Amino acid sequence: MADVHLPPTLPPLFPGLPRHLDVAAASVREAIDSLDARWPGLRDRVCEGAELRRHIRVFVDGERAGLDTPLPAGARLDVIAAISGG
Amino acid sequence: MSRVLVMIGTRKGAFLLESDEARRDWELRGPYCEGWPVYHVVHDADNGAIYAAAASAWHGAAVWRSLDLGETWEHSSEGLTYGEDAPLRLSKVSGLAAGHGRVLAGAEAAGVFESRDGGVTWRLLSTLDDQPGREDWNVASNQPPGHLGMPGLLQHPDDPDRFWVVVQGFGAFETTDGGATWTPRNRGLRADWPLEHEEVGFCVHKLVMSPADHERLYQQNHCGMHRSDDAGRSWTEITEGLPSDFGFAAAAHPHDRDAFYVVPLDGGHGRVVPDGRMAVWRTRDAGGSWEQLTRGLPESAYVGVLREGMAIDSLPAPGLYVGTSTGQLFASADEGDSWREIAGYLPGISSVEVAVLD
Repeated sequence: MADVHLPPTLPPLFPGLPRHLDVAAASVREAIDSLDARWPGLRDRVCEGAELRRHIRVFVDGERAGLDTPLPAGARLDVIAAISGG
Repeated sequence: MSRVLVMIGTRKGAFLLESDEARRDWELRGPYCEGWPVYHVVHDADNGAIYAAAASAWHGAAVWRSLDLGETWEHSSEGLTYGEDAPLRLSKVSGLAAGHGRVLAGAEAAGVFESRDGGVTWRLLSTLDDQPGREDWNVASNQPPGHLGMPGLLQHPDDPDRFWVVVQGFGAFETTDGGATWTPRNRGLRADWPLEHEEVGFCVHKLVMSPADHERLYQQNHCGMHRSDDAGRSWTEITEGLPSDFGFAAAAHPHDRDAFYVVPLDGGHGRVVPDGRMAVWRTRDAGGSWEQLTRGLPESAYVGVLREGMAIDSLPAPGLYVGTSTGQLFASADEGDSWREIAGYLPGISSVEVAVLD
């Protein structure tokens, strides 16, 4: 299980989606796929095609990560929206 | 009694204004769409749905929909893509048109999508690949500062297979077979720059059709106002009498084929109303002469009005609605003779549309 933390901009888009939840996944990509299966369309909000969106970053246990980064048991996955706007 | 619903797209979400036929007292609701920048909000008279084209800097482009006049909203971008390996990237949906049992979405980069299930899923209809110069449309150096997309969509009211699209900086194109083939419709337009192709390279800002005569089209172009009496096959310039040849917004009177409204802007970098004098201009003789309408509109107001920034309702004495880049919504209930602000302190307004609900 990974301890997944989502940006505050995501839960309002998908009814029932919490900010923090446990997801069974072996990689960042699997975690996002798993969330997309429960909340259809979520992948499109963090990925563009096969890549992460330009203003989305992911960190595994505090280290910058990508979609292929493995998720060890108990890892923390942070999905971050860029600090931008105005 | 009918209700009048004004739909407003802003830099920070969508808003709705509602009134009765008198159009005197307005109730404002919103913001909707989670504060995403909203480029166009339209009403589908077939099923009562509201659709909003939006794009979040973080979460990408989607079309939002509400089946209960704004009470609840959902969004979808399923199918709104040129594909993972395609050279085109979809950065936003710029314009929408609903009717004939479908929703059309014009996207940036330039392409038109359709949904036949009320905005739940989308499919690419066309990227106009056979048009002159199409291979150059997405070359970065050819792209105008405001991006290159397909912001304008105009449906024929009676023929579902016939509609027009506007590609920024290249012109208007018509299909009569549901998007399978296209014809440039830019003859007679002015371009103040060299053209590489006779039929394309024109900067169409806004295309509207007279509800009273479907052969009568008007357009605000980067280079002047123009009228067509043959559904866009040829154009005649009707700029004379206006304070500038530049502007974005345009509206056609619902009952009078010769009456039409524009908001001329300074064509330089500012692109606000000339001399800070906000005015809507009206012709009642198909562009033969123009009348400046200012009663109730502000002076010392350096405001802009964008492409979808003006709408007109279909009541017997049509009401007009103009939204500014600084978040004011001005309305007239007497065909433009007098105006008042019916909403202020909104985020910058991208689009205004209106529906009369029975």
